[in-house]
Order: sequence, then structure tokens, then C-alpha cells
Amino acid sequence: MNWTLLDRCCEKCTHSPEKPCPDYIECRLSGPLCHDDERCREMRRQRLEELRYGEKGAKIKVPMASCTLATGAEAVYHAVEDAVKNMGLEATITISGCHGLDFIDPWLELSAKGMPTAIYANVKPSDVPRILEEYFVKRDVSRAFALKERVGAASGEDKVPLLGELGFWAKQYKWVSRNCGVVNPESLEEYVASGGYRGLSRAFKLGPEATIEEILKSGLRGRGGAGFPTGMKWRITRQQKATPKYVIANADEGDPGAFMNRLLAESDPFRIIEGLTIAGYAIGANQGYIFVRAEKPLMAKRLQKAVEEARRCGLLGKNILGSGFDFDIEVILSAGAFVCGEETAMIAAIEGKRAWPRQRPPYPAEKGLWGKPTAINNVETLAHAATIMAEGAEKFAAIGTEKTKGTKMFCVTGAVKRVGAYEVPIGTSIRVLVEELAGGAPEGVKVKAVQIGGPSGGCIPANLLDLPLDYETLQGAGAIMGSGGIVVIGHENCMVDVAKFFLTFTSAESCGKCIPCRVGLRVMWSILDKITKGEGTEEDLQVLRQVAETVRSASLCALGGTAPNPVLSTLRYFMDEYAAHIREKLCPALVCSALIKYRIDEEKCIACGQCAMNCPASAISKIESGKYRIDESLCIKCGVCYTVCPVKAVYKVTGARAG
Amino acid sequence: MGKLEGSNEVSVLPDKVFEGVPKAPYGLLEALRRVQAVYGYLPPEGIRRAAEYVGVPFAQAYGVATFYHQYSLEPIGKYRILVCMGTACHLRGNSLNIEFLRTLLGLKPGRKTTEDKMFSVEEARCFGCCGLAPVVVVQKPDGGNEIVGRANPRTLRALVERYRRQERGGAK
Repeated sequence: MNWTLLDRCCEKCTHSPEKPCPDYIECRLSGPLCHDDERCREMRRQRLEELRYGEKGAKIKVPMASCTLATGAEAVYHAVEDAVKNMGLEATITISGCHGLDFIDPWLELSAKGMPTAIYANVKPSDVPRILEEYFVKRDVSRAFALKERVGAASGEDKVPLLGELGFWAKQYKWVSRNCGVVNPESLEEYVASGGYRGLSRAFKLGPEATIEEILKSGLRGRGGAGFPTGMKWRITRQQKATPKYVIANADEGDPGAFMNRLLAESDPFRIIEGLTIAGYAIGANQGYIFVRAEKPLMAKRLQKAVEEARRCGLLGKNILGSGFDFDIEVILSAGAFVCGEETAMIAAIEGKRAWPRQRPPYPAEKGLWGKPTAINNVETLAHAATIMAEGAEKFAAIGTEKTKGTKMFCVTGAVKRVGAYEVPIGTSIRVLVEELAGGAPEGVKVKAVQIGGPSGGCIPANLLDLPLDYETLQGAGAIMGSGGIVVIGHENCMVDVAKFFLTFTSAESCGKCIPCRVGLRVMWSILDKITKGEGTEEDLQVLRQVAETVRSASLCALGGTAPNPVLSTLRYFMDEYAAHIREKLCPALVCSALIKYRIDEEKCIACGQCAMNCPASAISKIESGKYRIDESLCIKCGVCYTVCPVKAVYKVTGARAG
Repeated sequence: MGKLEGSNEVSVLPDKVFEGVPKAPYGLLEALRRVQAVYGYLPPEGIRRAAEYVGVPFAQAYGVATFYHQYSLEPIGKYRILVCMGTACHLRGNSLNIEFLRTLLGLKPGRKTTEDKMFSVEEARCFGCCGLAPVVVVQKPDGGNEIVGRANPRTLRALVERYRRQERGGAK
């Protein structure tokens, strides 16, 4: 293997994982520090250039994250390998994480010396030979999606926008996600080359107390949802007398519609490892755990690999960087339970018990894992901590709002043109995120509401889109920032159905330990079910409110405490829809199946038979005219005919028209 | 592998099944996962072995096995069809898709596995691929996953038929 930045440059270097040099990290980029040798400096410069353009001066980057793999990145990777071989190209093929721009998946990034780095969007395996030919042979970038810079050497450069000029990129503040889609997530060398581990190195020089000071000064608040000041949590855990202490990274990202933690861990796992190491050092813990959500196994795999690599290079283990600090990490993959995201439930899960939350206080900072002081932080929080330690608290504190500093990653999904994960300063308005970054609703769809904060959050109507995204404002509006998932709800969705959907989720995920949550959510679900069937009464609404308040105030943990939010917020902003279901027995959005009927417009029907062929209940048959009709007594209202009809001849009716 | 169906008596677990699993309570989740990988579900004997290995009481391990939704205490289908019930997938049609699959495979209410043990249909939690909503994931017997994005009744019917054909072809 060739020399890498992580290796010793010459005999004079005294570093080894067993006898680490405190200046090891700084020395990687600006070294050599302990001796003066132009050759050693040159080796570093050359290697950095190699990392950028590959050993052969040309580099092809294929993103390998869950989102890109789901759209076929693996096939693209194989197509690249084949094409490189067939064309006899001298190019390095490497993997990266993902930019968070789901709408361009899978993408390819090509770079070569003297050429502008180019990104190609929505690549199919069959496109690969043409793309490589155009870029590497013809030096033509005109069909690229975006360029990272202009060098004036390739044809078509002026026809392609710079990534930095595109609104959905330019309006972001890439702070914690800076490496996502840029570095190889399996390469510690690339992480260090991009400035990684400077934060830990600086923490060791400052000492634990001053490290906590620095995090306090930055104003960092927990990014998992509750928004507790991170420095404060660390300080309280540090002040505890009991030992040993533990740190836990909460990677149980369970809110539907939230995938920023997955993206971060799959694209830049070392930042999380570094952050957890800093947390361990600051509070005085020698063991850390990362608890990963079951549905995101690649996240666990990447983190596990990163842990092993950090161990191998002495960045985990005994006497890290000569600081005298010992630290190691275990990665644990959950087996699927939403409640594990609650900190006391996560502790129970790591202890090998049913993941049941328990009463707080005592908080984990005092009595956590095995009854010992434990700091639990969300992975995005830890990645922020590592970045803050490297870049300085002032830089972070300069962004954001008065009360909440820095940036936050948000995932925008649902009825938008550009589904993706975007990092913006806290305090950015929902409108900027939904309309300018995510591109607003697709043609023909009108935004009715946005759901923020997952099952614990609420629905905010479209006329409140100018609200800034920060903890306090959202709470005031009946939602929460939560982990930062934003689901945009179009006009074709029914808000009562949305509320019922979340109750289905939370009542299934209720762990069953406390009665308000276990029984209350069931009761709420039944009432909503009644309403969506057109059997609800005015009195039901009162009971619904009452039970919601009880569940909110009397539940043991935050799962139950916040689960009524989707119901209370829809009652607050979308009372008209509830009223329509109850008084007029109709579903204005044509969603609730008990209140709608499917019909076929004979004028539009082209007699293709798709509906009848796909109907699972055999409820559709040919009539004399050769066209088709639905037998309402057999119809199970599954909506298959509605989706498969090529000419939209199937339509829905509700209320009196459906009578 | 020694997958037994409909019986609580299981063949002996291979010695190496727990290789690399930490011998500590936090290893329990992984130990149970290994057992399920062998049998396709968690028979009591397998839970007992996992409990013994990580050093927790059987009752506690059984409690854990019944707590998480990725563990199954009954045999499940060869192809496990997981229908994402995340918000974006719900809004884009997966609630209809899952009903379609259940009807298509003739699953009665409360049943998740077909009579011939070929398919299981289960609701799943958000996979974090919301850009592809609605998402359906098939866990195949070889351990691989097929991720189906923008699923609709037509693609799902084709999917089921494809696996059925493969099975017929494979059985010879």
C-alpha cells in the first residue's frame, strides 16, 4: 500500500499508537512539526493532491448511502468499474456518502487534474460509459448537473451551473454536514485530511473543564428535540462523584420522515466518533456506546467500521494522542422499538432489558447506565460538538438566533419537488426551507400543512409557513422541532386521517408501562377511527380533547407526553375538516375510505381493462358499452383502480354524491 | 440452514452462532438477532441460549424478545415483505398498498404469513428513504434486501409474481 497521511513520514517521527505524539493530528496537514524536511512536507502535499484527484490524476466518486443505494447506486458502481476497464481509463473509483439531495440520486462525481469537478444527476448504469467518455475523453461537461468550480478548460462549462450558485445549495449553511457526499466515509485518512480530529486534539490541549466551557460558550443545544444545553449536561455529569461514567450516542432516529442522523452517520461517521470521544473526555468517561435504530443497519455498519479504524490508528483505546485518556466505543444495533429514542428506555435496552422508560428525576446525568452518571447526546449534537471544538465556539455562536445558536439539519419530505436533507441556520423560516430549498409543492398540488417533529410534533397550516424554525416558536405554535423532520402535506390529504395515522403509530409504539399512554392513546385512536368512518359526534371531540390533555400531562415519558400533539394541533388549525366528517359525514380531501366511493367516468374510460385486471376484489366488470363499472357492493375501496387507470377515468365522490 | 417450521423443537445451534457477540447484557439484542438468522424466528430454546450466552435470566431475554418488533416468535415467510408506514409513505399510498398485498396474498385479518409460508406482509417503520416514498422492502432468504421505491399495486403484483416464478424455477 502507498504512503498515507496517517503514516509516519520518516524515521524521525516518533508517533505510534502505543507511544502517541500529542501533535499527531496537526502534524498530518501542516507537518512535519518535530523536524524540518522539505521531502516530508512534499509527501503531504502530494498525498493531499492524490486524495483530491486520485493516484492516477482522475477520480470517480459513487455515493453509497441508503438513499442512493435504494435508487441503484450499486449497479452504477459496477457499471463504472466495467466502463473504466473497457475504456482503459486511468482513474480511481471511490465511494462517498450522500449530499442529502435525494432528488438527484443516484449521482456521480468526476474529477481530474485541470478539469472542473462535475456532478451528474439521476445516473442510470447504461449512462455511465457515455458520461465517462464525455468527461474524461472529450473533456466535455455540458451534460453535467452541476460543477464544483470553473477552470475554463472543459467545453460546455458555461452551460452548467456551479453547485454553489444553485439555490438549494447556496441557501444552506454546511457546518456539521460539510463532509457529507464529499469524503469517503470509510477512510479515516480523508476525514483527517478534511480537518477531522482537530477538535479532539484541541480538547486535549484545553483540558476537560475548558472543553465544557467552550461548548457552553457556543450555545449548543441538543439536536435530538428537547434542546437542552449540551455543555450544561456535560458539566452536571462531570460533577457527579460516582464512577465509572458513561457516554451514549443516541442514534435511534425513529421519527418517520427524519433521516439526517442516518445521512450524517453513513456519510461522515468519524465526526460522530470524534464527538463522542470529546464528550467522554469532558465528563470523565472511558466507555461510550452508540445505539443505532434497527431500520438503519448501514448506519451501524459504517459507525462500527469507523470505530475499528479509529482503534487501529490509536484514536480510540489507551492513552489517546498521548493525553493519558483511555476511551472505547461499542456500537449496538436495536431490534426495532420507537421508545428506545427516549433516554431512560435506551439505557434499559443497553442493560439488556425491555426498553421501558423510567421516572425522571433522577436524570441519567446522575443515575444512568448501570445506575452510574451518563451523558446521552444525539448524534447530530455530538457531530456539532466535534466541529465546534475544531472551529471555535465563536464561529458557531455567530449563526442562529438569540436563544439558539448554530445550524440544524432538516429533512423535507412529502409534497415537495426536492426531497432532501438541508442544513440551515436555526431561525430560518419554514417557508424558505419548503419553498426555496425543497422547491415547493409539485405541479397541481397545493400545500395544506407541514408536519414538524414527527409523531411528537404537530401540523402547522400553510398560512403560518413564515414561522422561524426554533425550539420556542414551534412549541408556541403547537409543534416541536424534534429531530427536524418536516413532512409537507398536500391538499389531497385529509388532516383527520393524518392525526389518526400518527395515533396508529404512537399507540403501536407505546411501551405499555404507564396507563395514560397505553390506554389513552388507544381511546384517542378509537375516537379518530369513528370520526373517519363518519360515526363521530360533537361529544367525541370533547372527549378527544380531554383524553389528549390527560395523556399529555400524566404520561411517564416524552412518547406519551407529546403523542397528543398531532391531534391537538389538527383540532386547533383544521377544525373545519373534523366538522365535515362529523356533521356532514364527508371527507373533503376524499381520503377516508368509509366516506368515499369510487366511480368510473364512462366518457373518459378507454376500455383498457387495467382496473378490472388489478382489482383484488373482482368488483369491476365490463358493461354493454365495452367500458367498465364498479360494483359498489363488492368494492373494498382499496384505490387500486384509481392508481392504475391510465386516463384518470376513475374518480372519487364523498358526502351526498356518494349516497 | 436448520430452519424448522411450526415446531418448538429446534436443531442444535451451531457453536459459532454467537461469535463476536459481546458477552454482556448489551450483546443480547445481537445474540437474539443471530438466533433469528438461523431459524427465521425465535424458538424458546434459542432465546434460552442467547440469554445464557450474555448472562441474563431467561425471563428477561424472553421479555426483550417479545418487546422489539423485528423479532418474531413464530415462523415467518421465506420472503418478508416490509411495507413502510412512515409519514411520507402513508401519505403517498402505502396504507392502500399493504391492504392490496394482504388481499392479493389472501391473508386473513391478524395473519401476516401465507399458508405456504412463502410470504409475510408486515408494517414497518420509516426506512429513511422518504425520497422514494412509498417504499416497500423485501427481505430475501439469502439475507439480501430488495428495496422497491414508488411502489404501487401494479409493481407489487409484479414483484410477488416474480418471486413466485423464481420459487417454481428454483424448486425444479
